[in-house]
Amino acid sequence: MIPLKRALSSPVGRKFVMSISGIALVLFVIVHLLGNLTLYVPDGGETFNRYAAGFDAIGPALYVIELGLLAVIVIHIGWGITTALKNRKARPDDYAVSVNSKGGPSNLSLASKNMIVTGVALGIFLVVHIWHFRIRKIYVADNTEIDGQQHADLYALVHTAFSDPFWVAFYVGAMVFFGFHLRHGFWSTLQSLGAMKPEWSKGIYALGFLVAVVLTVGFMGIPLYIYFLA
Amino acid sequence: MAQQTMTVHLKVWRQSGSDSQGRFEQYTAEDLNPHMSFLEMLDVVNEDLIHAGEDPIAFDSDCREGICGTCGFVINGQAHGSERGTTVCQLHMRSFNDGDTIVIEPWRARSFPVIKDLVVDRDAFDRIISAGGYVSVGTGPKPDANSIKIGKDVSDKAFDSAACIGCGACVAACPNASASLFTGAKITQLALLPQGKPERTRRVQRMVHQMEDEGFGNCSNIGECEAVCPKEISIDNIAKMKREYLRAMLSDT
Ligand code: HEM
Ligand code: FES
Repeated sequence: MIPLKRALSSPVGRKFVMSISGIALVLFVIVHLLGNLTLYVPDGGETFNRYAAGFDAIGPALYVIELGLLAVIVIHIGWGITTALKNRKARPDDYAVSVNSKGGPSNLSLASKNMIVTGVALGIFLVVHIWHFRIRKIYVADNTEIDGQQHADLYALVHTAFSDPFWVAFYVGAMVFFGFHLRHGFWSTLQSLGAMKPEWSKGIYALGFLVAVVLTVGFMGIPLYIYFLA
Repeated sequence: MAQQTMTVHLKVWRQSGSDSQGRFEQYTAEDLNPHMSFLEMLDVVNEDLIHAGEDPIAFDSDCREGICGTCGFVINGQAHGSERGTTVCQLHMRSFNDGDTIVIEPWRARSFPVIKDLVVDRDAFDRIISAGGYVSVGTGPKPDANSIKIGKDVSDKAFDSAACIGCGACVAACPNASASLFTGAKITQLALLPQGKPERTRRVQRMVHQMEDEGFGNCSNIGECEAVCPKEISIDNIAKMKREYLRAMLSDT
């Protein structure tokens, strides 16, 4: 038995926290993309609005789910930042010639070295994104009628945003950071849990690339599709 | 046929003591035999420095056979130099080109303070081992040889982990200055063997917590440690350390 507080701040335990919260976020992001694929349906947003209206049926439980998600994000960010600060402190005097990878088994890359950078960029993105579509859904969105019931016209909100080149560039840019974060994160999360074998390692690292590309392209395509085609 | 010789330009970190400010000094080493080791090249440079009445460059070495783990510094951003699976004492000048400029720095980590020039204090590693990297043996009659059976696959795996020579290159190359490969290798070696199993729960906690208290960073699964390890120890040892730690978190004792 290890006291929980000590365990979760230890070099191994803190990565359990990063990893489990990271997996939860990846699962959320996959579901989020699956839902948002309805934005690609060329019907003036009817399918998307119908999908979005489905959330209203969940009722107050939706707030519980949203708060849970928020907690996961806060935990991931909190542990991510303290971990990165500790890592920085572990090498106060840096090399004159920075680490030059010997290749082979190493995963040293732009993605793996900059998890905190891409992470903080994603954090900033999340604040804007939640304000943009979640908060403004309550205060700004007009209503639309679906099956005789009034629901927020989320499609109009999305469509207006992605008619503005600034927002298209902002979302596309943010997804680049997302792709880099997942490129290393997908494999890293399993290794952090110890759920890794040397025989799987290369394959899972490659799978991480695929997952990062598929999710990034899926999300990135939405603003581009709406701006250029819808 | 005359022996081909080579010349290299060195930029070496010089620091007179742990509290003093260090700086790079430039030296040129001429008429080098390409088959001399990197440390022999530094010996030649030091001879000249001594003859000139200057302070020779301090660096650690002992066996010069790649087995003791005493030597080590960073060459052009690579721990132990550019060759994989090699300590700096086994690196030869033929891996460089005539006229190269070579930047030499000590291991850099808060937990490995510089003592002088390229020599760092690696006592932190000893303290991690003292925290749990051993098997307690009771006194008394010695057990029969071969009374404990160990499968060849298990003993081979444990041996791969035991190959660590404690040089510190893993820490030096890690962007986070993490000691996870060193610590993980010892935890894995002992967790695999029947002799190590009775103490595995407390061993992993003590060693991981000691590693933290020493001020090493946290593993980001970058794996540069494995690439620079002279014994090519796999980061599978780090995954195993995580499993051992999880097991200790869930254990009753
Ligand atoms: C959509 C949002 C995000 C997803 C899907 C995500 C996913 C992940 C995953 C799967 C990992 C690997 C976990 C591990 O190595 O054990 C990870 C690591 C990390 N994340 Fe995130 N993350 C997100 C947002 C953020 C944010 C907002 C931050 C802000 C600080 C952040 C900071 C980090 C850091 C620093 C690491 C690396 C930890 C380390 O290896 O030392 N992430 N993330
Ligand atoms: S001096 Fe012994 S390993 Fe290099």
